[in-house]
Amino acid sequence: MSDWLSPAEWEAVQLSLRVAFWATLFSLPVGVTVAYALARWRFPGRELLNIVVHLPLIMPPVVTGYLLLLTFGTQGPVGGFLDRTLGFTFAFRWTGAALAAGVMAFPFMVRAVRLSIEAVDPKLEQAASTLGASRGWIFLTVTLPLILPGIIAGTVLTFAKGMGEFGATITFVSNIPGQTQTIPLAIDLALETPGGEALAARLAVLSIVLAATALALSEWISRRVAARVGGT
Amino acid sequence: MLEVSLRHAFAGFTLDAEFSAPAGVTVLFGRSGSGKTTIVNAVAGLLMPDEGRITSGDWTLLDTQKRIRLKPHRRRLGYIFQEGRLFPHLTVRQNLAYGAWFAPKDAPREDMPRVVEMLGIGPLLDRRPGALSGGEKQRVAIGRALLSAPRLILADEPLAALDEARKSEILPYFERLRDEVSVPILYVSHSASEVARLATTVVALRDGRVASAGPPEQVLGDVGAMGTRGAASILTARVVAHHADGITELSGAAGTLWLPRVKAREGATIRVRVVAQDVILSRALPDGLSALNILTGTVAGLRPGQGPGAMVTLDMGGERLVARVTRRSADAMGLAPGQPCHAIIKAVSVAPQDVGQTFGDAHG
Repeated sequence: MSDWLSPAEWEAVQLSLRVAFWATLFSLPVGVTVAYALARWRFPGRELLNIVVHLPLIMPPVVTGYLLLLTFGTQGPVGGFLDRTLGFTFAFRWTGAALAAGVMAFPFMVRAVRLSIEAVDPKLEQAASTLGASRGWIFLTVTLPLILPGIIAGTVLTFAKGMGEFGATITFVSNIPGQTQTIPLAIDLALETPGGEALAARLAVLSIVLAATALALSEWISRRVAARVGGT
Repeated sequence: MLEVSLRHAFAGFTLDAEFSAPAGVTVLFGRSGSGKTTIVNAVAGLLMPDEGRITSGDWTLLDTQKRIRLKPHRRRLGYIFQEGRLFPHLTVRQNLAYGAWFAPKDAPREDMPRVVEMLGIGPLLDRRPGALSGGEKQRVAIGRALLSAPRLILADEPLAALDEARKSEILPYFERLRDEVSVPILYVSHSASEVARLATTVVALRDGRVASAGPPEQVLGDVGAMGTRGAASILTARVVAHHADGITELSGAAGTLWLPRVKAREGATIRVRVVAQDVILSRALPDGLSALNILTGTVAGLRPGQGPGAMVTLDMGGERLVARVTRRSADAMGLAPGQPCHAIIKAVSVAPQDVGQTFGDAHG
């Protein structure tokens, strides 16, 4: 690998994978819960929640990054609190990059899962309840297996988006090699550096390969799961 | 004994019904929109009524006055839905085992191999519901409900989504259920022939209210509950012989009946539903008629309808046969209680689906 990518570039790849992994890991349970709430529950503030979830998709990423900085920066209310009590910092750290990636990718997760939940016939869940299953068991034994293709699709999209997030990340945590410089940020820097075109191209190809692989993998898994669930 | 008393208001429709369901099959009978499914869903806990009380023995499922509202999964019911509602991601075997897994360990339960054998679903166990026919799905749904160790089985028009051939495939399984399983069954239907074949008790509903309730012989003959066109009698008879010309000879309290080939073995006791408007009455014993069945009895009651019709009830050796004739003929014949009278029934007017196959002695 090292003949092809320099240690610094390899670091960017590893960092991207790490950022995307943690962003996906945290988005998954929260995303499934929010998707379930939006699909099935009627509660005050449901529309507002829907809008907030989708905002990162619509707003300029710079704005999202700026808002993250205001909230989770060391001077911000949440960031400051975490910094003082737990010594946990987002600002200018890879954790901040993961947070930015997670927030930006969150709408993808919620949309994919929500669509699959809406496709589950509530009558099946009713049938499970008459057979003695409590709400928790119904979710685990009926709903979850049926929405698995949607969860997989959402996970892959979130991961891919996490790998490629740029605007919010650079605004929130800046472009620090080894700390917050993921692949897209490294490409950006390479393009601004004289003679960096070859590096930018290599990283761009790598990005395309990673994204295409992720997509193909998710398609394959989804098809296998859908065939199981589809019942033939 | 299941005791149900419910009141629930929808937009433009109010359910206000009270009935009890003894052991055996209690059929909730009525047109669509009469409130049958609402009642079953309230018993299952899928619908919370405004007011009501549902008890089975000393076990209370719902009592709005005492603020008892058991959640569906705590009611221990086996609900057989119209559309089956099998879990598509599980195999037939896993579907069958689903309810049993949640039932209390000490609950009296049916034996899986016995139920599989009874429903004839052995070859399907490793398939998924998507690969089953409508009739097969419904048999699996019956098994799934039965194996959840239920204290009560609910069935909401389980045959309505099936064609005639599939209906006659499934109905015998419900007859076996009634005769071989001790769990009481609450069965929703709008089909009088299903009532005639299955019911131990009938609760006829109209516009959210109980129009009539009791044994099927009584309720089906009740013009008020059934309407003049729907009123019918149920005769119980034993298969004596299948004759070579395709006619089955039956013997009952009312006399000998001759029907087109009945699908039951010789010696079996069956129920035959005879629609009141298919019966012709005669004071004299008719001669030279094409109709095969001429039964003799005495007039037990005569009730003029609102239009030109009248409903005549005959006593046939303890069984009741209702006939719908015009008031004009009733007058012309001088029909009055206590008088002997003959009833003529065309053999072919009794449809095959009106003939129940087996009839358990336990509920006879």
